[in-house]
Amino acid sequence: MGDTSHGTIYGINGPVIKVRGNHAFQMLEMVLVGHDRLVGEVIRILKHETIVQVYENTTGLKTGEPVVSTGKPLTVKLGPGIIGNVFDGIERPLVKIAEDTGIYIKRGSVMNNLDTEKLWDVKMLVEPGDYLNQGEVFAEVKETESVNHKIMVPPGIKGEVIEAVGDGQYNIEKTIVKVRDEKRIHNLTLVQEWPVREPRPYYRRLPLDIPLITGQRVIDTLFPLAKGGTAAIPGGFGTGKTLTQHQLAKWADADIIVYVGCGERGNEITEVLEDFPELIDPRSGRPLMERTVLIGNTSNMPVAAREASIYTGITLAEYYRDMGYDVAIMADSTSRWAEALREISGRLEEMPAEEGFPAYLPSRLSEFYERAGRVENFNKTLGSVSIIGAVSPQGGDFSEPVTQNTKRFIRCFWALDKSLAYTRHYPAVNWTNSYSEYSDELSGWYNEIAHPEFMNKKAMLSRILQEEGKLLDIVKLIGSDILPDEQKLVLETARTIRQGFLQQNAYHEQDAYVPVQKQYLMMDSILRLYEKTTRLVSLGIPVSVIRKSGVFEELIRIKYNISNEDTGAFDELNMKLETRLDEIESDYKQN
Amino acid sequence: MNVEYIGLKEISGPLVVIDGVKNASYEEMVEITVGKNKKLGRIIKIEGEMCVIQIFEGTRGVSLENTHSRLLGKPLRMPLSMELLGRVLDGIGRPVDGLGEIFPEKSRDINGEPINPVMRKYPRNFIQTGISSIDGLITLIRGQKLPVFSGSGLPHNKLAVQIVRQARITDGENDNFAVVFAAMGVKYDVAEYFKQSFKKSGVLDRVVMFLNLANDPVVERIVTPRCALTAAEYLAYEKGMHVLVILTDMTSYAEALREISSSKGEIPSRKGYPGYLYSDLASIYERAGMVKGSKGSITQIPILTMPNDDITHPIPDLTGYITEGQIVLDKNLAFKGVYPPISILPSLSRLMKDGIGEGYTREDHPQVANQLFASYAKVQEVRALASVIGEEELSHIDKIYMNFGREFEKNFISQDFQENRSIEETLDLGWRLLRLLPEEELDRLSPEITDKYFKAPESREGDF
Ligand SMILES: Nc1ncnc2c1ncn2[C@@H]1O[C@H](COP(=O)(O)OP(=O)(O)OP(=O)(O)O)[C@@H](O)[C@H]1O
Ligand SMILES: [Mg+2]
Repeated sequence: MGDTSHGTIYGINGPVIKVRGNHAFQMLEMVLVGHDRLVGEVIRILKHETIVQVYENTTGLKTGEPVVSTGKPLTVKLGPGIIGNVFDGIERPLVKIAEDTGIYIKRGSVMNNLDTEKLWDVKMLVEPGDYLNQGEVFAEVKETESVNHKIMVPPGIKGEVIEAVGDGQYNIEKTIVKVRDEKRIHNLTLVQEWPVREPRPYYRRLPLDIPLITGQRVIDTLFPLAKGGTAAIPGGFGTGKTLTQHQLAKWADADIIVYVGCGERGNEITEVLEDFPELIDPRSGRPLMERTVLIGNTSNMPVAAREASIYTGITLAEYYRDMGYDVAIMADSTSRWAEALREISGRLEEMPAEEGFPAYLPSRLSEFYERAGRVENFNKTLGSVSIIGAVSPQGGDFSEPVTQNTKRFIRCFWALDKSLAYTRHYPAVNWTNSYSEYSDELSGWYNEIAHPEFMNKKAMLSRILQEEGKLLDIVKLIGSDILPDEQKLVLETARTIRQGFLQQNAYHEQDAYVPVQKQYLMMDSILRLYEKTTRLVSLGIPVSVIRKSGVFEELIRIKYNISNEDTGAFDELNMKLETRLDEIESDYKQN
Repeated sequence: MNVEYIGLKEISGPLVVIDGVKNASYEEMVEITVGKNKKLGRIIKIEGEMCVIQIFEGTRGVSLENTHSRLLGKPLRMPLSMELLGRVLDGIGRPVDGLGEIFPEKSRDINGEPINPVMRKYPRNFIQTGISSIDGLITLIRGQKLPVFSGSGLPHNKLAVQIVRQARITDGENDNFAVVFAAMGVKYDVAEYFKQSFKKSGVLDRVVMFLNLANDPVVERIVTPRCALTAAEYLAYEKGMHVLVILTDMTSYAEALREISSSKGEIPSRKGYPGYLYSDLASIYERAGMVKGSKGSITQIPILTMPNDDITHPIPDLTGYITEGQIVLDKNLAFKGVYPPISILPSLSRLMKDGIGEGYTREDHPQVANQLFASYAKVQEVRALASVIGEEELSHIDKIYMNFGREFEKNFISQDFQENRSIEETLDLGWRLLRLLPEEELDRLSPEITDKYFKAPESREGDF
């Protein structure tokens, strides 16, 4: 529309401002506030007044300053230049901002989201006379060594190509294709815009039967996430949410990672920025940063932009999904996003529901998680968006509203436990409270690709842990000394599982990431030992004797001692342990 | 700008409302004259011509008619200069030591501006505090924000003083430091204790003290840490100094925030605290760290007393969600006579991973730390069992753990207020304690480290 209708500021209360003198504002329209042109969004329209939430600090703003309409909703720019970049909550490039304003983020830095000057090597896939449908790929750009960026017809546009440039170097604003439909001609460039609050369309949804492999044993083996699935990581402070998210961002077998630091620490964004260019993606052999985009609204950045950051992130994720990529988005932490909603709602004096959160908290959460999925795109490619959201419950108490409502909309729950974290059992995923509703749908994949016995072994492993849970209740009351030996053996085996399998050290070179095949072999070795030792115990050999032989410790250390490449070592290990147990057996028989 | 507004429309707690104001800007300072007194305030809400103003000195003695007010045209600014070092200021940054005015080189908005995360440097340098439990297990890193969670009657002040006195940076940059101390709602003698201790250790001329004491205006507390951090940022990022900031007591700070929030009639979230307590605390704690283009750093040690010793109370809880770990003090340890009574299991330093080990402290550090944590966690389990069945009934190995637990608390956690242990001493002490346990119990150690340190005869001297 390009109209410049405007109103003036009437009231200011933190990030919420009241505007008078204009009736033409539209709901959820983006506006520019004050002489500094701060970015804001219309969130409520009353008879005489419009309420705007401002994405920047409002200190110094005055009544009477203008508020200018932009005629369009809050949108992001989608095109080459996203990957490897760091944006704030409304897709402004933080590196560019730093070049302009130094170590601090100053206000009103309106600028291009994506670099408009950079020339990209564009490979054209169409010529005049071709017909293009929405979503179809008409050009390609090598965005990074790892990502082939497909330039697609924006949703809602189709028609005949009447002009197309040849292969060459173009900036993102250059018209490279003209498409004519019944009504008009569309100029297509390397970039498109999309309103962040609206899900991008796809052709159809697909079943979720392929796991997102993370290299984390407790996740892949016990509580797997499907590609296109949703997971929540709730946990009190310091239990390992961020570290788990970082581990997933590093090792998950996704093509694209969107990492949203939503209301968390500045240093955590810095850490990713320092580490990821150095870390090598085991699949592509290229630096991890070449498949990663960061969105950072740290806890000291404006609250309203925190609310937007989640939508910005998911929109970028959907865009790469449309190209046929498997995308994983980490949102750390969705609780800060919910609190941003609460803060704005409070300033609007809305009627609160639980603990001051607005009544629409559940619907916002469900809208967000609904944007995950594995789909067939309009251009026939298959892509997925998997969402992994951290939840920071107040007081570490899972009964609070954000955790409870999130639980309704996710299907994988990785509950982090303070008491495990206190004992430095990491990742502190509690194996009794956690669950994955994808296990059944994924069992086909695990048995086919990982090992035919995978699901059976996993069930056995879980059973031992469960039994341990029951026994520990007794031990707490009377000690373990007087338990019968077969029960002592359960405890000993469960300890081996906890320390040797469930615990995984993110800082250890060999242990940080473990392929599923090795996960299987580790599980297999532990269960073999259990089988064999059960036999010895049934012969009357005390567990203490078996323990002294060091077989359990040997297993606990395999995660450090057997490298990921050296799967052959497991046969050797199993043989060795077997021989040692055979010796114990024959020693015992002789006496 | 020189318009004076006579009288007020409304007074509610620390808040007043002025009507008929034109051209007010959000967060602008206001000077309110009551008889001979001048009070400072800040605009926290504007609605048409009505401004809600928060008065720092409180509203005692203010009536609807006895005031006239003037807008000052800018938000609260902190005057900055190297002359701040060695000075004592009140809670909003005015000198109270009788040494006269400070001539500012510049001034800055106390709210600061968010640091761009791409301009941060990830903190990696170890600060040796000489305290085993901290250096060994909860390592402090330069540029970290590491709070002390304490309780009433616990020696958090003593601990902070010991840290200030002993803190050494390993790369030799030891003279380029400053201490910024901000007191919020603490008693006079606590502030005096800090002052005397700074004096005794000869650092007083490198300290800037901001004092809002228990009998000072409550609302002023809201700005005290912000003034202090503005000074710290100046010293660190503009003058390249390594600044240690002590903020005490963050609980009083948060209570002041609650008081104002309820005067405003805001909808509270938990325990009456406002829903934005997290963001508000973050706007303080996030002002720690290191930035590109400057060699200085800001290390923050906020101190807070946990109401009812409850770590899930919103103040410690939200603090823990923002800071990079926490040092938790424990009544029971203090009761047993352990100083410093640091409860290591709930304590954590998130930045230690990058600042310890080979090339930083010593190669065995990560593993000893891990093993001590794991073994001490096991002690807690055994103690729980012992309290049910009695220590006599414990198995042989459990008795060994009981002994390990006692020795660990007595020799590793406990140390004298004057005792300054090097990191090597701390780690060796850790090994001596681990040797109380049978080797097969030590599952966090790699074979190489076990051979080199656990079995090494030379370091066995003085075993327990
Ligand atoms: N798998 C792991 N291996 C080693 N250490 C771990 C692991 N998981 C967690 N930790 C330890 O736990 C600490 C805290 O983890 P993290 O910062 O991820 O917590 P968080 O849940 O995100 O906390 P907050 O809610 O405060 O952000 C880490 O700094 C690290 O020391
Ligand atoms: Mg975190």
